[in-house]
Amino acid sequence: MSLKGKKQSFRILRGDSENSSMEDFEIELDEGMVVLDCVHRIQHEQQADLAVRWNCKAGKCGSCSAEINGKPKLMCMTRMNDVVAETPENIPIEIRPMKSFPLIKDLVTDVSWNYEIAQKIKPINGPDEKNWEFNQMEADRVQHFRECIECFLCSNTCHVLRDHDLFDNFAGPRNLVRLAQFEMHPLDKEDRIPEIKKDFGVEYCNITRCCTEVCPAGINITDDAIIPLKERVVDRYYDPIKMIWRKITGRK
Amino acid sequence: MSIEYKHHEFDVIVIGAGGAGLRAAIESARSGVKTAIISKSLLGKAHTVMAVGGCAAALQNADPRDNWKVHFHDTMKGSKWLADWKMAEFHAKEAPERVRELEQWGAVFDRTNNNLINQRNFGGHTFPRLAHVGDSTGLEIIRTLQEKGIHSGIDIFMEYTVTDLFKDNEGKCIGCIGYNRVDGEIHTFSAKSIILATGGITRCWSICSGSWEYTGDGHALALKAGAELRDMEFVQFHPTGMVWPPSVRGILVTEGVRGEGGRLLNSENDRFMFNYVPEMFAGDHAETIEESNQWVEEVVSGKLATVRRPPELLTRDVVAKAINSEVKAGRGSPHGGAFLDISHRGEEAILKKLPSMHHQFKELAGVDISKEPMEVGPTAHYVMGGIRVDAKTQESCVSGLFACGEVASGLHGANRLGGNSLSDLIVFGKRAGEFASKNAKDKSQPTIDEDEIQKAASKILAPLMNKEGENPGKIYDELRDMMQENVGIIRTKEEMVSALTKLKEFDERQKNTFSGTSRKYNSGWHQALDLNNMIIVSKAATLAALTREESRGGHTRDDFPTPDDDYWGQILNIIWMDDGEVKIKQEEKEEMRDDLKDAIKEVKAMIAERAAEHGGEK
Repeated sequence: MSLKGKKQSFRILRGDSENSSMEDFEIELDEGMVVLDCVHRIQHEQQADLAVRWNCKAGKCGSCSAEINGKPKLMCMTRMNDVVAETPENIPIEIRPMKSFPLIKDLVTDVSWNYEIAQKIKPINGPDEKNWEFNQMEADRVQHFRECIECFLCSNTCHVLRDHDLFDNFAGPRNLVRLAQFEMHPLDKEDRIPEIKKDFGVEYCNITRCCTEVCPAGINITDDAIIPLKERVVDRYYDPIKMIWRKITGRK
Repeated sequence: MSIEYKHHEFDVIVIGAGGAGLRAAIESARSGVKTAIISKSLLGKAHTVMAVGGCAAALQNADPRDNWKVHFHDTMKGSKWLADWKMAEFHAKEAPERVRELEQWGAVFDRTNNNLINQRNFGGHTFPRLAHVGDSTGLEIIRTLQEKGIHSGIDIFMEYTVTDLFKDNEGKCIGCIGYNRVDGEIHTFSAKSIILATGGITRCWSICSGSWEYTGDGHALALKAGAELRDMEFVQFHPTGMVWPPSVRGILVTEGVRGEGGRLLNSENDRFMFNYVPEMFAGDHAETIEESNQWVEEVVSGKLATVRRPPELLTRDVVAKAINSEVKAGRGSPHGGAFLDISHRGEEAILKKLPSMHHQFKELAGVDISKEPMEVGPTAHYVMGGIRVDAKTQESCVSGLFACGEVASGLHGANRLGGNSLSDLIVFGKRAGEFASKNAKDKSQPTIDEDEIQKAASKILAPLMNKEGENPGKIYDELRDMMQENVGIIRTKEEMVSALTKLKEFDERQKNTFSGTSRKYNSGWHQALDLNNMIIVSKAATLAALTREESRGGHTRDDFPTPDDDYWGQILNIIWMDDGEVKIKQEEKEEMRDDLKDAIKEVKAMIAERAAEHGGEK
C-alpha cells in the first residue's frame, strides 16, 4: 500500500514537566516513511523547536524511543504503513514521550537514571594476560546481551518502575541485562551475586515479560538474563544444601 | 548587559564521545590528569554504533600469513599512496595491541576455532583481518569503551554542543565555549589541552549514512582556531547504501555482506564487478565466477583461501563508481541502484553473520535478504579529509589542540579501507589522549578573556534574537540537496563553481532563521548553529575538489577522469582559514622512509607470487 500523498494527522505531546498538552499536526506522507520521518517533517515544515532525540535512524543507537499509539517503540523502526493500518480513519496517530522517565520537553525525557545505575555496576574483572581464550558458544551467550542498544524501552515498560516507581530499589531490565552480561562472561572473576540481590533488586521482577516484548533488539531479557540471575541468587541465599556445602568447604 | 555562563576547569577536554573520543579520554584520565568529555548526544549513541563490519588489525588469528607490513601496504595502496605513511605505520603496528586491550575491557569478539578473536575479509585487505561481532562491531566497541570510560574518573557532559575554541596571546588553545542542549545554558571550559573527536561531515550530502551529529563541527572549530585541514576533496561514497524506500535512502549496508560472499548484479543478472577491475588491482582478484565461489566456500568454512577473492571486494571507491556506471548505462535496479544478493548463503548463516542487516531490510524495506536480493547504491559515508595532525602526537599546528578519529586526517589519504576506521579510533584515540595529557602536565590553569567569552556567547544566542525568518530545517534540507547535486560522487568544474556561489547564498540565509525564542531543547536553534559548520566544511570540500584536477580514490572528476600520478599524485591540498574565508594551498607529500619502501616491495612480491600461482587456473 503506497501512502504517497495521503494527508495524515498526528497528536503529539508538547511542553515540559510543568506544563504540557497534546497538539495536532497534519502532514502529507511519502512512500516508505517511518514515524521519525514524520516528526522531522513536522519539525522542518511547521514547528522548528519541536524536541526529539535521534541519531542513527537505523535502529542501532536507541535514541528515538517513544510511545506510538500507546506502544513503546523506536520511531525510526516503526513504519507508517503499519501505524496507519492500525489507526482508525480520522483519528490522529498519537506520539508521546516515554512515560516512566521525567519529561524534559516534547518527546525528550531525562534518562539519566539508567546511566547512574550503570555507574554502580562493577566493570569486568578478567585475567591480566592478553589474548583471552574462550569459544564461540561461550561468546554467544554474552553477545546476545551486548546487542542492547540502550533505548531504555524495557525500563520504561517495566511495571516495577512504571507503576510502582521503585527506581531506588530496582536496577531495571536494561541494567540487569548488563549484570547478566558480566556475570556470564566466561572469564569474569567478580562475585556480583550479593549486589544483584541487594543493590539491584533482581527479586522485584515478577516475570511478566513486558520488557522482552518491547525490546527492539530482540533480547530475551526475562528468560535469558533475569531468570538466570534470580536462580543464582536463590542458589546462594535460599538453597539449604548449598548453604551447608559452602560452610563445610568454605567455597562460595 | 553581559551574558551569564557557567565555568569549568579541566586539564584535558575531549570534544566528542564516539570511539576516538572515549579512547582518548580513557588514556588521558589513566595518566592522572583531570579529564572531561563533552558530547552532543547521550553517551553510547555516537556514530561509532553504525560501524558494522569490523576493526582491522593484523592479529594473525585467522591467517598467519598476515603481519603489520601487509596491513601497512594495504592501507597505503588503498589510499592511492596519499596517506601519511607515518600514521599508516603506527596504525598497522599498534592496532593488534589496541584490539586485545578492548577484549580485556569486556569486548566479546567472534571466536576462531582456536578460541581466539576471529577475523573476516574486507575490501582491500589482503588477508582476513577484521575483528568483528556479527555485524555490530561498532556497537560492541563503543559499549566497551563506554563501560571502561565511566569507571575511569572522567567527567561527562552529555548533550552539550561546543561552538568555539579559545586561544591565548601565544596562540595556544586554552578552552572552549558551548551550550547545554537540554536547558540552553552557556558553559565555558578552560583546559590545557583540547582533543577534537567530533567525527565527520557527511550530513552535508542528502544521501548519506551519517547521523545528525555529522555536521563537521570539529573541522569548523579547528579551521576557525587556525588549524589546517588536508584531503578535504576525498569523501568516501560507500558503494552499498539502501536506496528504497526514499526515507531510508543512504542507510548503510555493511561491506560485511560482500565479505560473507555477497554478489553484485545488474538488471541483466550480470556480475558486473568482473568488468571494473582497475589496472592497479589487476591480478589481485578472481577472474571467474568459479574462482570467486571457491574463495567464498573456503573462507566461510574457516579454511585459508587458496584462490583469489571476488571482485566485489575491490576498494570502496572502485565499487561505488562501478554501481554508478551501471545505473547510468541503464542497467540499474528498479529504484536506481544495483542488486546485492547474499541469499545463496542460506537463512541460518545470514541470521548468524548478518543479523542486523537482515533486521534492517525486513523492518525498513520489507525485504527478506535470506530469500531475495537487496537494492543498493552509493551513499556519502566518510570523509578521509580532516584536521592535519602530527602522526605521533595527533597535535594540530595550533599548540594544545589535538584531533583523532574521523575529524583528523592522514591515515586514509584518497580512500579509506573498510575496517580501518575502527582501528583508527583506538590507535590514534590512545595517542591523542597520551600526548594531550603530557602536554597538560606542569601547566597552570589558563584564563579565558572575558570579552572573547561574551563575543562567542552572543553568537550562540544570535538565532534566538531574530523575530522572524526561515525554518532552519528548510535551509538544511536545501543545502544537502545542493551538495548532493553539485559535489557528489562524479564532479565537474562547472557544478562546483556554482556550488561555491550557492554556498555564499546559504551563508546569508543561515543568519536569518527563526525557531522560536526558547532555549529549552530547541531543535531548530541547535540546527541553526550547526548550519554554520556545515557551510564552512562544504566550502572546504568543494574548494579542494575543484582544485584537484584528476580522479583519485574518493574524488572523481568527469572532466579529469584519470589519475595524474606525476603531479597530483605527489600533492596534498591544505585548507586553512583567513579572516573567515576558506583558503587553499598545495604541498608536496613527504617521501617515504627507505625501510618502509622495502616493506612495500616485500609485500608486493608476495602478492605477485600468489597471483602468478593462480594465473594458470583460468
